[in-house]
Amino acid sequence: MRNLFTYILKQYFFFLFLLLEIVSFSFVLQNNYQQATFLNSTGKVVGTVLSTFNNISGYFSLKKANESLIRENARLRNKMADKFLLTDTLVYYNVDSMFRYIGAKVISNTISHQKNYLVLNKGSLHGIKKDMGVITSNGIVGTVVDVSRSFSRVMSVLHVNNKINARIKKNNHLGTLEWKGNNYRYGYLTDIPMHVDLDPGDTIVTSGNSYIFPVGLMIGTVEEYYKQPNEKFNNALISYSVDYNNVYFVYIIVNLKKSELLNLERTQLNDR
Amino acid sequence: MTGRVIINIFRFCILVFLQVLILDNINFRGFVNPYLYVYFILLLPFEVSGWLLLFSSFAIGFCIDIFNGTLGMHTASSVLLAFFRPIVINSIASRKEFEPGMRPSISDLGFQWFFSYAIILIFIHHLALFYIEVFRFSDFFVTMSRVIFSTIFTLLLVILSQYIFFNPSKK
Repeated sequence: MRNLFTYILKQYFFFLFLLLEIVSFSFVLQNNYQQATFLNSTGKVVGTVLSTFNNISGYFSLKKANESLIRENARLRNKMADKFLLTDTLVYYNVDSMFRYIGAKVISNTISHQKNYLVLNKGSLHGIKKDMGVITSNGIVGTVVDVSRSFSRVMSVLHVNNKINARIKKNNHLGTLEWKGNNYRYGYLTDIPMHVDLDPGDTIVTSGNSYIFPVGLMIGTVEEYYKQPNEKFNNALISYSVDYNNVYFVYIIVNLKKSELLNLERTQLNDR
Repeated sequence: MTGRVIINIFRFCILVFLQVLILDNINFRGFVNPYLYVYFILLLPFEVSGWLLLFSSFAIGFCIDIFNGTLGMHTASSVLLAFFRPIVINSIASRKEFEPGMRPSISDLGFQWFFSYAIILIFIHHLALFYIEVFRFSDFFVTMSRVIFSTIFTLLLVILSQYIFFNPSKK
């Protein structure tokens, strides 16, 4: 026993190394399986540092941000009720809204990792909760995975574990949007049934099957369709409509009917 | 001695902020990213004791991880780098004799020594980092190309900062 201790003491460098590696790998595994990102415990420090820096660096991107906001304003103005010819068959009013949008600023964003996250300057104080969708005016961005008091962390579309339900706009067939981790401009639409035909330029939108995104939000367009004669399901290369390298302002989607929908699902499960 | 400790703590903070705030936003062709923070571990003095080397590497990796939300990834590869550092130092021969008070830099030990020292350690770090990040071997060559390009990028920055801050021409 004493010999063992002296041996360990002699080789302490190696054993300390081993110990520290075990600790870090346990972090890695925890992070991989639980998607926990420790924002809650460290959120205040990290968020404050990032947003302070963003206050400075934000000036450099003001021009681009303004342009995209103006474009969106113009589009929304075109959708306003008084822009339409008022014939009573064409106009209808939604009595009850399903989604509410909260604007937020991106204070940190990566695209070069395999698992990319964004940090937004809105948190539980502003009504943000886990599993809310995040979009820009051009398309979808990701899903909220972690919320602290005044910041939230978003799992980007550019995250290898992020799978999003998508729909081909022209024929309403469903598929799954994935990112393989190489080029940040392109993703893959998988699980396309073999009888479906796609052409380059076809639009891919959100399916609305999950309660995260409303139906019909832009995701991207088909770049290339890999059709194999013997495969039941095919893949397509998708070019994203959003340039994830410059997102400055985003909207967080609050699904107002989510608890109602989940309740309905639960009763369905109980009946079975 | 205390002066050295303060310099290293200062370097630690500067490199963490530089990495998190600026270098993480550099994406050459979308996937090549420099990780200059390993420079801190490379520049620790030769006399640093083993436990301090391991713990300070653990600390800098942990800081980067917290900011990136990638817990464990940078920590594991930094500790690996720290483990290999004494082995690499012992195995590379230098034309100059080791003297007490020497720093691992171009000005003290020459370009050739520093270049091989840096490239081996940075490569080990990046290799571990990128393969832990993908966590699979399926896209082996894609990941390998990321490792190689990022190693070149980081090495370039390390050598550049050697010439800027250590002034080898003066000695």
